[in-house]
Amino acid sequence: MYTKKECVAMLLAGGQGSRLYALTQDMAKPAVPYGGKYRIIDFPLSNCVNSGIDTVGVLTQYQPLVLNDYIGNGQPWDLDKQYGGAHCLPPYQTALGAEWYKGTANAIYQNIAFVDRYNPDYVVVLSGDHIYKMDYNVMLSYHKEKNAAATIAVLDVPMEEASRFGIMITDDDGNIVDFEEKPKNPRSTLASMGIYIFTWSKLRQYLIDNENNPDEDKDFGKAIIPNMMNAGEKLVAWTFDGYWKDVGTLDSLWEANMDLLNPNIPIDLYDPDWKMYSRNPVLPPQYIGDNANVENSMIAEGCNIDGNIDFSVIYEGVTIEKGATVTDSIIMPGTVIKEGATVEYAIVGENSVIEKGAHVGARPETVENRDDWGIAVIGNKITIAEGQVVGPKQMVPDIKKK
Amino acid sequence: MSLNKKILGVIFANMHEDVVPELTRQRTMGSVMFGGRYRLIDFTLSNMANSGIDEVGVVTKSNYQSLLDHLGSGREWDMARKNGGLHLLPPFSNMTSGMYRGRLEALYGITDFIRHSDADYVIMSDCDVVTSLDYNKLYDAHIKSGADITAVYAKSNLDLDAAAHTNVFGINNEGRINNVLINPEISGECNISLNTYIISKPLLMSMITDAAAKGIYSFAKSILQAQCGRYKIMAYKHEGYFSKITSIKSYYDANMALLDTESRKKLFPDNAPVYTKIRDNPPAKFAIGAKVKNSLIADGCIIEGTVENSILFRGAKVAKGAVVKDCVIMQDSVIGKNCSISCVITDKIVNISDQKILTGSKNFPIYIGKGAQI
Repeated sequence: MYTKKECVAMLLAGGQGSRLYALTQDMAKPAVPYGGKYRIIDFPLSNCVNSGIDTVGVLTQYQPLVLNDYIGNGQPWDLDKQYGGAHCLPPYQTALGAEWYKGTANAIYQNIAFVDRYNPDYVVVLSGDHIYKMDYNVMLSYHKEKNAAATIAVLDVPMEEASRFGIMITDDDGNIVDFEEKPKNPRSTLASMGIYIFTWSKLRQYLIDNENNPDEDKDFGKAIIPNMMNAGEKLVAWTFDGYWKDVGTLDSLWEANMDLLNPNIPIDLYDPDWKMYSRNPVLPPQYIGDNANVENSMIAEGCNIDGNIDFSVIYEGVTIEKGATVTDSIIMPGTVIKEGATVEYAIVGENSVIEKGAHVGARPETVENRDDWGIAVIGNKITIAEGQVVGPKQMVPDIKKK
Repeated sequence: MSLNKKILGVIFANMHEDVVPELTRQRTMGSVMFGGRYRLIDFTLSNMANSGIDEVGVVTKSNYQSLLDHLGSGREWDMARKNGGLHLLPPFSNMTSGMYRGRLEALYGITDFIRHSDADYVIMSDCDVVTSLDYNKLYDAHIKSGADITAVYAKSNLDLDAAAHTNVFGINNEGRINNVLINPEISGECNISLNTYIISKPLLMSMITDAAAKGIYSFAKSILQAQCGRYKIMAYKHEGYFSKITSIKSYYDANMALLDTESRKKLFPDNAPVYTKIRDNPPAKFAIGAKVKNSLIADGCIIEGTVENSILFRGAKVAKGAVVKDCVIMQDSVIGKNCSISCVITDKIVNISDQKILTGSKNFPIYIGKGAQI
């Protein structure tokens, strides 16, 4: 239909991802590579397409160059459309002035005109920092069935982890009656996944009211959801039971990559019925040399591998020379690991070079005090000199952890 | 590309199908799989794209479903264009039948396409040669020599089998072709034709209409060979790496040659990428117990067994305990548990069930047809 879309997705992709430190110095978090050939944003984008949502506004703000370039006209996700498709939506100047997105709600508020072009009944609000495969249509059906104003996707988490999340308290019918942000003593185990479906006419009004109230935060969790609840709108929780991972920290990004290598963890990128799309590199197949030993790993196109690799995710165009060892690590696109270098329990960013004999990271059992151990991180376009040692938990460049 | 020249590319997708009848039973020569993730036409078409030729016609006559599917709108080669771009030219029946007998008749079938192009020159190429070639250099040589036709050749050692599917040029001191041997019975070092030519559009048009009037159809025989005295046909030497497919054995060897890192660098230089259809496969996965040596592995492969000296195309699977040596395993083929196969070419979607043993030899690799269940 050229006059209306039932559902439009708004993808919040402006986050800095400050807890990814060195990896997000020059790109926004959703643009961070994941899974050997993807970027984090491929997951919500592919989910949209696979769910039949063909109109996606991508709200960008922090370091948008890589992200804008990556999304382009949306073609890799089949989101190049005459009516609809993917649109990058940076903050812009108006006759009344210019302002940055002041929060998640304000970002959507500033783009009400974009959403209105499609006259949608529903809007799904997504964030660009989660790894999961979800059919938004199932959630939308639930939203319609419940005749809700807002539906929040929740994950049933173990009680001991519940205090790390925003927790939804529901009644027997799944209606949200209260919620708590990172509660010390959680009253429920239903954690918000940061995925919302709103009836657009409702959300539109709450966004306008929120904007007109200078005392309120311009944020979904802090203002829009509480306001809707206080006004007696119907808010329901929809439980998702698949794999879902927030990759907002270096540890969780590393873990989420390692999850792909664990056959017992239900994230399958090889499922032909729910393909993950991405912008594909133009590179020949990878070459595995005579001296290579590769097990338990994922390796992308264009790599030249002659070293030893175990439990690692290797992105496109990486070279691992003879005698180099990479274990329990993530090596991002275009990086070179020279002869005899060792990389273990580490994340190495794009287009970096680990020179001969350098040693990055350490196995946890080699560190006496467990608190001194952590993933070693090398940023993008960094050279680690010959023989240099980068210890566990170290970061190059050393971005101060706040 | 500079603004003062415009070149039209014409690719013949069906030529030379007879050299690999197994592989072309259900597809054109241009859509024969090669090198883990490509089809033969990708190399010619990418060369054109990388040389700034943005208007290309692909001439085909039969078995072209896979070709059409592969090329689509030409987007992967940046040839989905408003002006120019990729044109697929299946048989079009007008005065003559669409089933052409030779290159001249094929060209006659697309005269409207050539006439409507505003190009000054035409580069014609087949799909039987795998190489990275900058057509701008060919163009420069053609202009510099003032030739009527410039033909690309390479020095190469021929055996009798390969010679039976190869044209050989005699070249004088000035670089002019003075003799053309068509599929000769010879061996040794020869100037072999890479079936790539540049010619001005007006001259090509006059040759096509003249040939149609006289009922001649072979470009090699009736123009290059018969008229190398009348036309100034210059030879352009291609120094780079190349493979010419003349048999299933040479097809196998050409794939295996990519295991040599130097050859691979020459075929896939950083400044001239080879484009192909996107399949959105995840990265290749190596399971516990996987052993892979000296092999080319494409995306989407899942390897649980042993793979040595082999080429695995996209989505191929090697199950636990299986040993794959000196093989070419095409897209989505599955090698079952504890199989042991060597010197085998499996076409697409071949399923070799558990425990099978298949042994070919390097000079006579076993070929298993598309979709076979063993």
